[in-house]
Amino acid sequence: MKRIVAGVAAALLCVATGATVPLPEGRQGLIESDAIPQKLSAFGLFPFGPEAPLVSFGYTLRTPLFSDYTDKKRFVSIPDGKQARVLADGTIDFPVGTVLIKSFGWADVNEGRPVETRLLIHRASGWVALPYIWDADGRDATLALGGRRVPVTFKSSDGTTHSIRYAVPNKNQCKECHSLNGEIVPIGPKARNFLFPAEIKRTTSIFFENPAALKPAIPVWDDPGSGSVEARARAYLDVNCAHCHNPAGSASNSGLFLRWTDDPEGVNYGIGKRPTAAGRGSGGMDFAIQPGDPAHSFLIYRLESTDPGIAMPEVGRSTVHKEGAALLRQWIAQMPKQASR
Amino acid sequence: MRVHILQRAGLLSVAMIAIAAAPAAAKTIRVSAEGADANEKLQEALILAEPGDTVELAPGTWKLTDGLSLDVANVTIRGAGVAEGGSILDFTGQQGAGEGLLVTSDDVFLTDFAVLNTKGDGIKSKGADRIVYHKLRVEWTAGPKETNGAYGIYPVESTDVLVDSVIVRGASDAGIYVGQSKNIVVRDSIATENVAGIEIENSYDADVHDNIATKNTGGILVFDLPSLPMQGGHNVRVFDNIVNDNSTPNFAPKGNIVASVPTGTGVLIMANRNVEIFDNILADNGTANVMIVGYRYEHKDPNYQPLPKAIVVRGNQHGRAGYAPKFPGGDMVAAAMGGSVPPVLWDGAGDAIVLDEVGVLSLNLPDVKTPQSEAKPAPADLSKGTPPAALPAIKLPESMEAKVK
Repeated sequence: MKRIVAGVAAALLCVATGATVPLPEGRQGLIESDAIPQKLSAFGLFPFGPEAPLVSFGYTLRTPLFSDYTDKKRFVSIPDGKQARVLADGTIDFPVGTVLIKSFGWADVNEGRPVETRLLIHRASGWVALPYIWDADGRDATLALGGRRVPVTFKSSDGTTHSIRYAVPNKNQCKECHSLNGEIVPIGPKARNFLFPAEIKRTTSIFFENPAALKPAIPVWDDPGSGSVEARARAYLDVNCAHCHNPAGSASNSGLFLRWTDDPEGVNYGIGKRPTAAGRGSGGMDFAIQPGDPAHSFLIYRLESTDPGIAMPEVGRSTVHKEGAALLRQWIAQMPKQASR
Repeated sequence: MRVHILQRAGLLSVAMIAIAAAPAAAKTIRVSAEGADANEKLQEALILAEPGDTVELAPGTWKLTDGLSLDVANVTIRGAGVAEGGSILDFTGQQGAGEGLLVTSDDVFLTDFAVLNTKGDGIKSKGADRIVYHKLRVEWTAGPKETNGAYGIYPVESTDVLVDSVIVRGASDAGIYVGQSKNIVVRDSIATENVAGIEIENSYDADVHDNIATKNTGGILVFDLPSLPMQGGHNVRVFDNIVNDNSTPNFAPKGNIVASVPTGTGVLIMANRNVEIFDNILADNGTANVMIVGYRYEHKDPNYQPLPKAIVVRGNQHGRAGYAPKFPGGDMVAAAMGGSVPPVLWDGAGDAIVLDEVGVLSLNLPDVKTPQSEAKPAPADLSKGTPPAALPAIKLPESMEAKVK
């Protein structure tokens, strides 16, 4: 089994040369146990520091979840001799012993080192979510089961400076988004959104039983060449909202369902849908989406707020994603207006 | 009306005496509000608790910046009282999360603490079967304000729900809101200065009894709304409550269904079937003591049933009502009827039986698609006809009743 040190240069090197790095002793046993170690180093996933995990492969997403403008680095560790499988609905069935690893940081915070790393571990008892915050010296990270607010100052791509108290989610908040019928599941890696780095495309058959089924289908939200405004808006809603807004997710009771596969004409997609339990989130408006009128669509109002009584998503966002909101505004603005009801 | 309501509601101020014996392996995790990391310690306790454990909140005030959550089954969160000097979870400085406390596991018992000034909902439980809310205070301390959170106590998508001896004040939607759930008891509680005091929405099989709903916009609401995963609300009994002086001007954010509730509403039934309203004391509700209406907004849900059906109103004591009707055109109707409208108001849609010996005003709008501007208000006699068989009392699992004994 090939394994990479997934720093960018290191990854290229290892794959190019076929080098194999020996695994730390006992690592897979700990991953598959019920242990919740205080230190991330116990897992042996980062023997060379926060930038270079020792994993199966790194991946990206065509349209990622917005998390306060963090740069996210995503990796997968699949146990030796096992393979993931793409299911008929496009979700990926990772074998027990798999770890999904996601590091969050900003280029201009901590010299680009990650602030936190979240693990999603597939154990025999199911998936477990563990948040770790990197120590000040960047050598190891410490478990933060209860979550924490970390003050950070960074610039977003348009040059705006943001000073926020970034929320590292607690273990339960991880589940709020990663929940399907009350069980934890991965949400990012789906066939329709999953991209391997070019350099390891040739080797997907090592890690996947049916690599041909990995067909990225959704557009890149901020690349007009990849799809129409509507298609990109729907991709954005799928990735940023539908992990809760689906009939088995944390927002099932809202009746607002925003999966890529949901009918965008249906009332459950928000068009002409009245608030259910929105409270102040309605902003005094009647409909989640008022066609042709983003200023009277409370879906936009909630995306553009950071007040916890109003803001959507409810966790993982302390800043407004201006560019994402602008795309959704454009989508709603170009819908034909409907007679008022 | 039985007299025990006030005695039982009085329990709110009395310290709990009996504590049920816990299973041998169960442990108590004690957390205090002292120390810089008190908030993280509390959340960690809620994460590390194991089934059977109790998380015990010492007396004190936690100044919380983020929502708390519990996802472990069969855990008790027990405080040291709801009043000042008790265990207070103060969310005035909340920066994140849609509610103060979120419970997503079964068999959870919440008792004897207060949740104040959350930015969104107070305590929410979702998919949490057999949850018991007991001796809690959820309050927005500045009183009615549109900027208050929506729901105080908010169980949703659950089977077997008990809300017992709680007090909720200031919710900008409903103080006690039970949504999309089955087998529900709300009793011995006080809801005051909310938009809706107590609301049962898109739910089946509920008993709402021995509560006081006062100084809300509307006292007790039984609603069904379209385009939701669970709908077709039915089998709800509202009895032995005091529903009076619901006179607070509606302060709900527009767009929410409760923003349409007229100030001065006692009990409001919308688009449900088999609802019984009996043996309540209903008084000083300026629009109506009892209102029975269809869902009159446009909707696109072919499975939705917008009419109230098989509603029974009997044995209630009526005080003054209808002297300040806030439905459109209400003041003109009142003037034409000598200054006030009858205590029971029906929009004319669906069917209801009213055996109380008071007047009924019908707006004569049997088709919910007819605009309210075409109302032809006139007295109606709804005392004829045979009431459907009485609904059985709700029975909760014994494990739930044992917790509050």
